[in-house]
Amino acid sequence: MKLNLTKVVNGCRLGKIQNLGKTGDHTMDIPGCLLYTKTGSAPHLTHDTLNKIHGVPAMAQLTLSSLAEHHEVLAEYKKGVGNFIGMPEMLIYCSLHDPVSPCPAGYVTNKSASVWGGGGRVEMTVSKFMAIQQALQPDWFQCLSDGEASCEEGTSIKRARKSVDRSLLFLDNCLRLQEESEVLQKSTIIGVIEGGDVMEERLRSARETAKRPVGGFLLDGFQGNPATLETRLQLLSSVTAELPEDKPRLICGVSRPEEVLECIERGVDIFESFFPYLVTERGCALTFNFDYQPNPEETLLQQNGIQEEIQYEDQIKKINTTDCNQKMTSFEINLKEKKYREDFSPLVGECSCYCCKNYTRAYVHHLLVTNELLAGVLLMMHNFEHYFGFFYSIREALKSDRLAQLKELIRRQAS
Amino acid sequence: MVPRRSPGASTPPLYHVIKTTWRRPPCPAAHVVPGNKMATGLASPASLESAPRIMRLVAECTLSRARAGELRLSHGPVATPVFMPVGTQATMKGITTEQLDALGCRICLGNTYHLGLRPGPELIQKAHGLHGFMNWPHNLLTDSGGFQMVSLVALSEVTEEGVRFRSPYDGEETLLSPERSVEIQNALGSDIIMQLDDVVSSTVTGPRVEEAMHRSVRWLDRCIAAHRRPDTQNLFAIIQGGLDASLRATCLEEMTKRDVPGFAIGGLSGGESKAQFWKMVALSTSRLPKDKPRYLMGVGYATDLVVCVALGCDMFDCVYPTRTARFGSALVPTGQLQLKKKLYEKDFGPIDPECSCPTCKTHTRAFLHALLHSDNTAALHHLTVHNVAYQLQLMSAIRASIVERRFPDFVRSFMSTMYGDQSLYPSWATEALASVGITLS
Repeated sequence: MKLNLTKVVNGCRLGKIQNLGKTGDHTMDIPGCLLYTKTGSAPHLTHDTLNKIHGVPAMAQLTLSSLAEHHEVLAEYKKGVGNFIGMPEMLIYCSLHDPVSPCPAGYVTNKSASVWGGGGRVEMTVSKFMAIQQALQPDWFQCLSDGEASCEEGTSIKRARKSVDRSLLFLDNCLRLQEESEVLQKSTIIGVIEGGDVMEERLRSARETAKRPVGGFLLDGFQGNPATLETRLQLLSSVTAELPEDKPRLICGVSRPEEVLECIERGVDIFESFFPYLVTERGCALTFNFDYQPNPEETLLQQNGIQEEIQYEDQIKKINTTDCNQKMTSFEINLKEKKYREDFSPLVGECSCYCCKNYTRAYVHHLLVTNELLAGVLLMMHNFEHYFGFFYSIREALKSDRLAQLKELIRRQAS
Repeated sequence: MVPRRSPGASTPPLYHVIKTTWRRPPCPAAHVVPGNKMATGLASPASLESAPRIMRLVAECTLSRARAGELRLSHGPVATPVFMPVGTQATMKGITTEQLDALGCRICLGNTYHLGLRPGPELIQKAHGLHGFMNWPHNLLTDSGGFQMVSLVALSEVTEEGVRFRSPYDGEETLLSPERSVEIQNALGSDIIMQLDDVVSSTVTGPRVEEAMHRSVRWLDRCIAAHRRPDTQNLFAIIQGGLDASLRATCLEEMTKRDVPGFAIGGLSGGESKAQFWKMVALSTSRLPKDKPRYLMGVGYATDLVVCVALGCDMFDCVYPTRTARFGSALVPTGQLQLKKKLYEKDFGPIDPECSCPTCKTHTRAFLHALLHSDNTAALHHLTVHNVAYQLQLMSAIRASIVERRFPDFVRSFMSTMYGDQSLYPSWATEALASVGITLS
């Protein structure tokens, strides 16, 4: 695996990761995102519907929280999780947790960490964790780590220190076990940067982890609500400054468009794509504009369009949770609203996704009102394509030094 | 207004009563051409000269009544015998129209009652009809809303005028009359539309059954009179009469005098015994014209399809395959697999190694088992794809065997695969097949 940086502009890294995968012939663009999955399948989507989406990333994110309970089955299967889920051509990254389902804190010890799946809690020591990875045979996997220092606000320095110590210990043990495993020679361990909100610990975690032979770094503990991310952005810059340039930096729990741009400016390369999934689940379609170089007339029309959308902000829905990730953003429209009942235009005017090319807002509205399963399918197809298109535009903007324009465009649309 | 009749209530039949509350006078049936007196027995008479022919017979089994044919409809040809998956609310339950097309489906169902309420015919008309609204390029058949009289009996009241429904969504009352049903179906633009029939559950006995049968005939005439697009939409009659042979026979005699392009056999596939069921099907096909399609409504279990093809039916619909998919059940030649069971946890083969559907080509039972235990709806879609494929592949195989003159052997092989030992063959199926010349031993 080799990371080639084309350019670095204002802290943003543009490039390609090459020679990826077991056969060594896959490539990933950065900045980029991973395909979000639940139990190894894109939400709502089968092989056929997934294949209709343009720009699907080369690497899918699977979660240990959904797969740990199937450990025995995978071990007996022997051919690895990529084959098990019917995606033999996809690169696979295995994270510990599902960014959408926060897991209860208080279950990490000096010897183990836990994930929460459909069958309840699965506790993993280093050896169990590595045994599971042997059965999964992913291309990349997040090392067992202690992510709980960032769970509550204002955690103690002691807790932050512990998270770093434990994660380094887990890492060293996992690396050792990896050396002894033939099966895992082709898998890459991603080191996890912890340390809560304590700068000193964060820097220590970065420097120490960077000394180990990991293939990349996961920046853990920056997720939360948009407010908490803002306060952590400075921490983020300091952390990435300590990391080697030639290894990819992933971040977990950050997926909203404006947050993605902030993190790219601070040296992050790879993101999770659960934001389009959350949008789908609330019956919404992503409509935000990422075309940063339209003609002036179009800009005016679009600006007026955006004003209209903002006017309907009083209809923001709050789903039954205090987690503000569930609140509707101004990057989307809520297709359950009555005004879409007779709207025969596509979800987004120039979108070339399967849904926009074949169906209308009125039809998707009907599916939502009648609680039909196809609503989720079509919305997921559109939302993924829109989101992957956004990442494409980020890379294009970086290529042509226009990221500032894109950032401004996104900023104007953020609520 | 006639007071609501509860099932089984014994009241005198209504067909003698002249009602004054109809919206328009009953059509004096000018379209009824005096035909030949129906011969009793097995020979089916030819149709009336002027009736439209939408079916072409390609092959007939020399032993049984099975036929292979082709329907010519506005949105393309359809090979028969055909199974039509049910997409009640303008969607095939989680699979896209492209996926449905890729499985070889060329006709599927929508429902007038549901679509009439949400989103309503005016909106669908604005969306270029049901085809345009749901993006389905092939054929559509819409049921009239009649069956909902049975399935939603607690919310409905039947009178000579029509069926009054109370909407479960907002409590609002709607009257579904023959005229209104046809009007909605005209707006939907489906290729085959069904008459509004007075449907009683097959477990109901007594005068209500006779009343419903006669009313269905009168409603057929009203539907025909109200139909504004006979050139593009084919209105089918629905034979009623419950489980009473003489009522069925009367209904057959009357309805076959009407100038319709096809006939459905209704009022079955409810809670009746299979022994009674097959006899009513056989009676119906013996009296229906050979040159028009016979649509047996609500039939979809594999064995029922095979037997009823032998009895002379051409078209079928059923929610079962798509519904059971959403419960984790996959249809196979030996029955079904409930994939949620632990039994399949480590089963690394496909649902059916002989099946060519995308699910079977890509996934194992073990993966589907794991996915079914998650909250990812994709699991349901995989099974929906497979179950629809199963039904369509079964019909293809049936049709090929009729065309290749080996249908009886096909039936024997099918039964053996499904049930194993002959002692396990359901007796109703054995009898039904024997009645048309197919012996299973």
